[in-house]
Amino acid sequence: MASLSLQGLVKRYGHTQVVHGIDLEVADGEFIVLVGPSGCGKSTTLRMIAGLESVTAGTLRIGDKVVNRLEPKDRDIAMVFQNYALYPHMSVFKNIAFGLLAAKRPKDEIETKVKRAAEMLGLTAYLDRRPSELSGGQRQRVAMGRAIVRDPSVFLFDEPLSNLDAQLRGQVRTEIKRLHQTLRTTTIYVTHDQVEAMTLADRIVIMRDGRIEQVGTPLDVFHTPASIFVAGFIGTPTMNFMTLPAARDGVAATLKLGEGAVIPVSSAIVGARERVVAGIRPDDLRVETAGTGATLRPGEVRFEGTVIIAEPLGTATQVTLRAHGHELVGMADGRLLPASGETVAVTVDTKLAHFFDPDGARLRG
Amino acid sequence: MSGPAASLFDADRPWRVALAERPGLVVAWTLLVIGAIVMMTPLAYMIGTSFKAPHEVYEINLLPHEPTFENYIFIFEKTRFGLWFVNSVVTSALVTISVLFFDALIGYTLAKFEFRGREFVFIAILSTLMIPTEMLIVPWYVMAKNFGWLNSYWGIMFPGMMTGFGVFLMRQFFMGVPDDYIHAARIDGLSEFKIWWKVAMPLVTPALSALGIFTFLGNWTAFLWPLIVTNDRALYTLPVGLASFSGENLTDWELVMAGATIATLPTLVVFIVFQRYIIRGVVLAGLKG
Ligand SMILES: Nc1ncnc2c1ncn2[C@@H]1O[C@H](COP(=O)(O)OP(=O)(O)OP(=O)(O)O)[C@@H](O)[C@H]1O
Ligand SMILES: [Mg+2]
Repeated sequence: MASLSLQGLVKRYGHTQVVHGIDLEVADGEFIVLVGPSGCGKSTTLRMIAGLESVTAGTLRIGDKVVNRLEPKDRDIAMVFQNYALYPHMSVFKNIAFGLLAAKRPKDEIETKVKRAAEMLGLTAYLDRRPSELSGGQRQRVAMGRAIVRDPSVFLFDEPLSNLDAQLRGQVRTEIKRLHQTLRTTTIYVTHDQVEAMTLADRIVIMRDGRIEQVGTPLDVFHTPASIFVAGFIGTPTMNFMTLPAARDGVAATLKLGEGAVIPVSSAIVGARERVVAGIRPDDLRVETAGTGATLRPGEVRFEGTVIIAEPLGTATQVTLRAHGHELVGMADGRLLPASGETVAVTVDTKLAHFFDPDGARLRG
Repeated sequence: MSGPAASLFDADRPWRVALAERPGLVVAWTLLVIGAIVMMTPLAYMIGTSFKAPHEVYEINLLPHEPTFENYIFIFEKTRFGLWFVNSVVTSALVTISVLFFDALIGYTLAKFEFRGREFVFIAILSTLMIPTEMLIVPWYVMAKNFGWLNSYWGIMFPGMMTGFGVFLMRQFFMGVPDDYIHAARIDGLSEFKIWWKVAMPLVTPALSALGIFTFLGNWTAFLWPLIVTNDRALYTLPVGLASFSGENLTDWELVMAGATIATLPTLVVFIVFQRYIIRGVVLAGLKG
């Protein structure tokens, strides 16, 4: 086990720079998830850590050793790939044992380690099979077995679940989490699935265009997103964003949503800005049949909207509506299914709203 | 249409019905049968003639009236046919092994490593495909003569030990091998050579089999170059040796045919051995299902 430290990590391919200086300190035993849209440099960063790509600039440490120039095999890491990369001409046993065989470990040690890993992953019955005779989930576990037997300081995962169907993905995700709780190995896990990121991570690293946008615990990035980008990336359905004109009045200020609907904010948030972006999660935007809402509590505002489409999800109904010229997504009680065109009451708890500068940064009041 | 069930050989239905439903089948089968006849007739005639006595050779009948093994006995006892056969097997096999090894190695390097001049090297190799063999015979000969390679196995083999076509074919197949296999092996600590040999090569067995068949057959039937580079009868390959049965005035066709019949056997063996691997598409089996 080991800590991991990236300092000013840069990757250039020819003249195109794809990773622009990543700084990240990972504690021993921590589970870090790198998340971000396609092409933002997650895999490249991971491959630099693995030693599969050279580091253009910056310092990479595993434990307290600088590993920039070490071969992958000398970095004491193990990696699980998106398509598993199992060798089709070898049995499951040989696939799992491959690294140990290559390292010429003693036979009985290999035997013990493979058996133990297979047991941990429920693969004991399949050791003699070929990968082609396994299901997708089993193949995925073989790939993990291959990583486990190396007993590395750092586990690296590159979208290990993206080839599984939704149900299996949930199962294997839980298994990975359990595995980490057992082994406590430092882990860097790449995904573009924010649910995986939220459920697995000790800390999430949100990347964008080769830069780190925010680092924080899952609750941190969910409740205090550092930018519009992070706020929009984490959480489903996506947060509603409205660019609203600001009006200052001494210590108090307001954002005007529409006629008769204003959001009170502190003037510190507004500052000298003409406009402020308000972000409201769909879960914080309550949709009710017009005229039936409970009495407003402090901080709540209510306005009317016209339903565009309502989608029942069971526990709640997701309602896309138009209000004051904004298209918004809110949640209604699961038993309510308003028709398109119907007028509904929308209640927002403004204390839960997020505020951003129009150029993207979070505003703090 | 009723899909695959409407086969010509569906046991439950008269074939007339199947044909009526799918008139395209008639055309397809007719063409296949004609093709088969065109291909098989010379082969059948070759085998038939090899069992004929000399006086019967110029008769058109496919089956000999008085079948005889004399021709086979003759070529093995009175000519160096056995030796030529061995020469052909040895040179063709060695060239095939060399081509599989080197072409795959070069193709892999061109497909999976980035280095300065890679495109140039690839195009240079590719451009050799555009030069016809006939144009190369003279330079090869000069080379063989100056290095003292005339009348030797090496002289017969050296021009074919690596081929531009094979490099091209293997490069294309290796490009289809996902990098993750190579990365995984690299993390497992294999040397680059072992990654190629133990991980990448098994993933392209279909291509290796195809290249193996082409190369072996090409060298087995090669005539012009072995004819030029050898004049010691003991070093003839089969095609050259068989051709030597043709005299200036007269050709002993029954002997040529007996020799040619035996010469086809190894090609059959090679084909049957390799084609299993061609059909088995291995490349994607270890990836996502
Ligand atoms: N070998 C290469 N040469 C040039 N550019 C590359 C190379 N590999 C990756 N890139 C570029 O680097 C950028 C980051 O790629 P990377 O694979 O790290 O993205 P990613 O975040 O993993 O995306 P995804 O979610 O699609 O896997 C992309 O724009 C890609 O085009
Ligand atoms: Mg990626």
